[in-house]
Amino acid sequence: MAKDKAPAIQVKTYASHHVITQPNPLKKVLRRAEEKDLDDPIARAEAALAGLSGEFKSWMDTEAERLSKAYAAVLKDGFDDDACEEMFRAAHDIKGDAATFGYPAAAAVADSLCRIIEHAPDLEKVPAELFEHHVNAIQAIVHDHTKYDSATVASELSRRLRRVADDYLVQVNRNRPEHLEAILAPSLVPSDQP
Amino acid sequence: MYRIDFNKLRFLVCDDNPHMRRILRTLLHSFGAREVNEAEDGATALEMYTHFSPDIVITDWAMPIFDGLELAQMIRQPEAKGNPYAPIIMLTGHSEKRRVTVARDAGVTEFLAKPISAKGLYQRILNVVANPRPFIKTKTYFGPDRRRNTNTAYIGPERRIGGEAEIFQQPSLLDKARSAV
Repeated sequence: MAKDKAPAIQVKTYASHHVITQPNPLKKVLRRAEEKDLDDPIARAEAALAGLSGEFKSWMDTEAERLSKAYAAVLKDGFDDDACEEMFRAAHDIKGDAATFGYPAAAAVADSLCRIIEHAPDLEKVPAELFEHHVNAIQAIVHDHTKYDSATVASELSRRLRRVADDYLVQVNRNRPEHLEAILAPSLVPSDQP
Repeated sequence: MYRIDFNKLRFLVCDDNPHMRRILRTLLHSFGAREVNEAEDGATALEMYTHFSPDIVITDWAMPIFDGLELAQMIRQPEAKGNPYAPIIMLTGHSEKRRVTVARDAGVTEFLAKPISAKGLYQRILNVVANPRPFIKTKTYFGPDRRRNTNTAYIGPERRIGGEAEIFQQPSLLDKARSAV
């Protein structure tokens, strides 16, 4: 595709802006499918993803361990920029990946932890238990994933932690309206979306 | 119904998390893509972007060295050496509305909030392939038209001003970029 000659670009110039249009350079990769074409690329990809699922537990172990190590570094050296950045990154990766790996409750707890790191005005003043409960909850959810009824417990745990974290964030940001607005704004993504 | 010939598309995937890169690679190959280049940070991605001239970029937001937002801003330089028009799909754990707005203002074409799904990714790719938007260049912005819908009931201030002044053809930047590789 990249070797095809690109069509000319048309530019319309206005007082405050230009509108630049080019014939669709990717049009050639589109083709009309026949009625009898039963190929389903999405189903194929979902099947391939399911084929990877045997590795998800190991991946989640790695992600949860990374977060625990990042928190251990914070406990040892305090919230310097690097330690804080690594802890946020580790939590943020779990927030983004865990639901895909079959751990939606871990993703919700990690989201709550990200919000604390992002919106607390002074991380040194955040009660240590708040961090500990989040980090330990993620470890527990990952560790006990296959146990009977663990999904219900994990979901309830994530909801309660989020409530406690939000109460804290609302209180400490009562004079910071821009943070308060972000904290109270609904997420665009449902929390338990698989 | 339309299908995409994925085997004719070049992808550049940028994510610092190896597990997410594996997921993306698996999904794209399952769709039929053959050329999927991967980078684990924004700086490497920018270098690969210039070198490989991908048709579509899929990038995470939070990454070391420089992040996906900065990568999008660097790609969307009208005078840049590479192709500034390639579709950029921002795949990220950030799901707040203000983040979507920031990504949009950096020139991102589509925003896909994690958790990723095969359907979500396919739909974003189909959209950038089948429904490309014109690009807008102002003093402060260069990227896909941020107005996806024409709202005739809009009554707020009009930021775009002036009648049509001139229309002209210019050599394709994409052509120039690709001939330079």
